[in-house]
Amino acid sequence: MKKLINKPEDVVNEELQGIAIAHADLVKVCYEPNYIARVDSPIKNKVGVISGGGSGHEPMHGGFVGLGMLDAACPGAVFTSPTPDQMLEATKAVSGGAGVLHIVKNYTGDVLNFEMAADLARSEGIEVEAVVTDDDVAVKDSLYTAGRRGVGVTVLAEKIVGAAAEQHRPLKDVAELCRKVNANGRSMGMALTSCIVPQAGKPTFDLPEDEMEIGIGIHGEPGRTRMKLGTAAEITEMLANPILDDLPFKNGDSVLAFVNGMGGTPLIELYVVYNELAKICIGRGVKIARSLVGSYITSLEMAGCSITLLKVDDELIRLWDAPVKTPALRWGI
Amino acid sequence: MTISRDQFIAWIKDFAGVIRENKEYLTGLDSAIGDADHGINMDRGFQAVLAKLPAFENQDIGSIAKNIGMVLISTVGGASGPLYGTLFMQIGKETAGKLELTLNDWTAALDSAVNGVMMRGKANLGDKTMLDTLIPALNTLKECSASGASITDALRASERTAEEGMLATTPLIAKKGRASYLGERSVGTQDPGATSSYYLLRAASHAFGS
Repeated sequence: MKKLINKPEDVVNEELQGIAIAHADLVKVCYEPNYIARVDSPIKNKVGVISGGGSGHEPMHGGFVGLGMLDAACPGAVFTSPTPDQMLEATKAVSGGAGVLHIVKNYTGDVLNFEMAADLARSEGIEVEAVVTDDDVAVKDSLYTAGRRGVGVTVLAEKIVGAAAEQHRPLKDVAELCRKVNANGRSMGMALTSCIVPQAGKPTFDLPEDEMEIGIGIHGEPGRTRMKLGTAAEITEMLANPILDDLPFKNGDSVLAFVNGMGGTPLIELYVVYNELAKICIGRGVKIARSLVGSYITSLEMAGCSITLLKVDDELIRLWDAPVKTPALRWGI
Repeated sequence: MTISRDQFIAWIKDFAGVIRENKEYLTGLDSAIGDADHGINMDRGFQAVLAKLPAFENQDIGSIAKNIGMVLISTVGGASGPLYGTLFMQIGKETAGKLELTLNDWTAALDSAVNGVMMRGKANLGDKTMLDTLIPALNTLKECSASGASITDALRASERTAEEGMLATTPLIAKKGRASYLGERSVGTQDPGATSSYYLLRAASHAFGS
């Protein structure tokens, strides 16, 4: 294992200390329980928007704390859900009297810990709504599984919902908007290499030099198929087609196209993928109204990418374009 | 015959030891069908419980159980934290103010705990989870309690049905948690949560029986 770390068990705390000093103008970091909050929180009469999850997916979620996006983020250990005491304290810290929205990725641990936190916060008199994101088409959704995993749509939801909360919309509307984003977005990812969890010290899975995993999860969970490495055009097609067919995205639809790096893939390759994605969308009559290209929901040093398409209307575009000022996303300001 | 507060505390200490001894085994079961952290997470949680126990072991059984639940919730993480946390919080609710428990008290506490876990995890018998151990054991306890059995006999009998329930998870297809993504591939591995729950009930039988 080759990593820029001191001790594996100190990685998350030292990362938080780094974030605290690097972005002191935007966020404050609280410890035991750990959470990152907007420097100006709580904001009176604004719905607080919170997310959280295991660490190792940076910049998600801590990098999205700031004006126009999240009010707080709760980082767990690497790839392990945060605990309810973190979400409870974060909820209290950002509660400005208009209620708090929890955006939760669909993993059993995350869902259960956020549910407990919501119960505890409600018993302390804070109104809490939770929305679970589950956009990964690689996973079979049925009554017999835990359902689809929450991936790329989470980033887009946090931006769009954060903008709506900034307009002081009521909790019910903000939660409804979050459900709308989740319902209209689909994602799928792939890996060229594995990731190494610092405390495990070895690759999560073995992937031979000439093979790739299609449908990978953001913790290195197996996907749909393992196969010989293809070209960017072939890979993009393998990700985009199941996404387009699933919603389905139809001729004439407008989308936000998000090409995401898994952590170990350079931007030059992500733009190659984006170029292929744009061709596929044109071929299907799907108009790309907005784009996002970069590594925003990562899996440590895994090489690979994911594609997310979100069907957008004028409302979603306006909220996407609204000002945002966070460590990882910043525009309009 | 009742379960004293000392026996209740002995149960927790005994279980923490069993978890420590079986940490690698539980994590091994979890790596086959889950995310390879059940033993590590449970051990972290129960070591934290042992460390904090002196601060609340002089309170009533309900408060002790509630405190244990809170420690587990904030230290275990994953899905096990909220599930085991809920189990102990529910026991705490049901035994509030008590310094000793009759068989009926214990049965009612476990009933409330199992219902809490079912609601929290939205799971049921046959989903290949800890409930496959807990539900049969609870049913046995209820039968024994109704027929006037002694605490020792009731706990021994429920320990046996818990073990049968645990073993019966091996051929099941997982329907909850990360194991559910494996579908048919989850067949053939004993469920790690059902295994730790069996240890919990076995430890109770040892600590509460005469």
